[in-house]
Amino acid sequence: MIQNSGMAKHSLRRLLGLLPTLFMLITVAFFLMRAAPGGPFDSERVLPPEIEANLEARYHLDEPLLQQYFRYLGQVVTLDFGPSFQYKDWTVNELMAQAMPVSLTVGLAAMLLAFFLGTLIGVASAMRQNTGVDYSLMGLAMLGISIPSFVIAPILILLLAVYAGWLPAGGWDWSVSSMVLPVITLAFPVTAYIARLTRGSMIEVLKSNFIRTARAKGLPESMVIRRHALRPALLPVISYLGPAIAGMISGSVVIERIFSIPGLGSYFVQGALNRDYTLVMGIVVFYGVLIIVLNFLVDLIYAWLNPKIRYDEND
Amino acid sequence: MTKTTESVAIDPFEAALGVSDVKGRSPWEDAWHRLLKNRAAVVSAFIMGFIILLVVFGPMLVSWESDFTDWDHTSAPPSLQSGHWFGTDAVGRDILVRTLEGGRISLLVGVVATIVSLLIGVSYGAIAGSFGGVTDRIMMRVVDIIYALPFMFFVILLMVVFGRHILLIFIAIGAINWLDMARIVRGQTLSLKNAEFIEAARASGVRDWDIIRRHIIPNLLGVVIVYVTLTIPQVILMESFLSFIGLGVQEPMSSWGALVSDGAQDMESAPWTLIVPSVFLAITLYCFNFIGDGLRDALDPKDRL
Repeated sequence: MIQNSGMAKHSLRRLLGLLPTLFMLITVAFFLMRAAPGGPFDSERVLPPEIEANLEARYHLDEPLLQQYFRYLGQVVTLDFGPSFQYKDWTVNELMAQAMPVSLTVGLAAMLLAFFLGTLIGVASAMRQNTGVDYSLMGLAMLGISIPSFVIAPILILLLAVYAGWLPAGGWDWSVSSMVLPVITLAFPVTAYIARLTRGSMIEVLKSNFIRTARAKGLPESMVIRRHALRPALLPVISYLGPAIAGMISGSVVIERIFSIPGLGSYFVQGALNRDYTLVMGIVVFYGVLIIVLNFLVDLIYAWLNPKIRYDEND
Repeated sequence: MTKTTESVAIDPFEAALGVSDVKGRSPWEDAWHRLLKNRAAVVSAFIMGFIILLVVFGPMLVSWESDFTDWDHTSAPPSLQSGHWFGTDAVGRDILVRTLEGGRISLLVGVVATIVSLLIGVSYGAIAGSFGGVTDRIMMRVVDIIYALPFMFFVILLMVVFGRHILLIFIAIGAINWLDMARIVRGQTLSLKNAEFIEAARASGVRDWDIIRRHIIPNLLGVVIVYVTLTIPQVILMESFLSFIGLGVQEPMSSWGALVSDGAQDMESAPWTLIVPSVFLAITLYCFNFIGDGLRDALDPKDRL
């Protein structure tokens, strides 16, 4: 009971601690975007000055920068990201609502794949430490870490889509076949990293006394792994999940471009090139919040899995 | 303790061993021997050395200019007869020479951006670590905050905002990669500051400068070297990432990322335009990671990062 209230207090404090991060994220992104030379309405066609002034007034671009900034902060609090500068008649909220399910589906599928496959490979390697199986799995994992996804993606497209014709080379229609390649490429580096992490920590854990006890009791090895070794061995993997999520979100920018998937990453690059301030800001804020919240959840899971962490009053 | 008492202890030992001069091994020599035993790291170092030589001197040896367009051989497959050993791209430029020259840019970005992140990270971490207290807490909190930001997005924003100049690529990537370095250096400084051997040195009257030179710098150097070798591939990867989405180096300059991007455009008709730069990029990253791993095991056998 005491531990639970300590944990709740700790969670609340962590949650409040997230606010400065979020504030900084919005501030940096806002001023960076506004520091860009050229505005969203610069185009080949020269607009009459009256129309340009009207446009600027409509989007409040005629106000002093600080006023715009505070207006934007106020909007973000109410989760309204304003109208898009480039996609006329669309609000940023509408655009993001369209792109978000696509990106989240790919991201979630890739994360699950990476986590389960990665730990499986890691455990298998650790159990056969310093054998041929171990070396080849770890060599493969190093390959996964070293080869960038934008190299793997075209090669997979070439082999599986162009030559073999089994899967579509790109596009998105919510069918499983259009998801396979993007999910695999996105999951690849993370799987490799998790496999290496799991192997290392599993080897450490297998040396400890309680494992020797479990074996001495006569438990079969698979039971030893599942009931005793897996939980402590997964701790480093759990703490890596935070950076993994951030890495996957960055990776999705490239993956979505390669496979022409209409997700948030594609909109972000397009928006940045078009100086669609509001759209870019909306995506940065959304992904920032997502990373922050997921990191927070990862922390909680870590604390729940790790009996050594206790949240007492003076924590 | 004077020299004579020491040799009293050592002399019989030397005699027993049958050698005339027992020399202690420094920790650096120890690390060097451990590194040499790591076969993957040694092989990687040789391959990397070869690639560096190839990239630096190769373009002078290949008979094609990187911007020469051979209209007789556009999208030509690799062949010894045409003289394009690794084929040509859609406008007839030699893939080999372009890949080697692109490698110059990629490796240059890797080294320069790593130095930028090294300078920022080491000074930030050392300041936070040696001041300690409130300064340290505030500085590390800032690092935590920046750490949680989706930084690829900031690099993209930086490139869009300030244009795609090569200098900016160095700075933007370096300015974003210093966080780990700062954390590591700060941790090391903190623990060194309170280490007993430093206290002992101070108590026996060693001057501050000598303490820094003899004890602090050598102890920091290990982690910094390890971290530098692990940062270089990250930075190269980041540059290729940017070039791949069209925000990195601009024509006529090229880098491995830009070449992979070009190659991916016409991989159906000319797969070698994709494969050649990809292989160079992958081997380089692979080797750097192995060298970094080997160095870490050699220099820092206790705590793996």
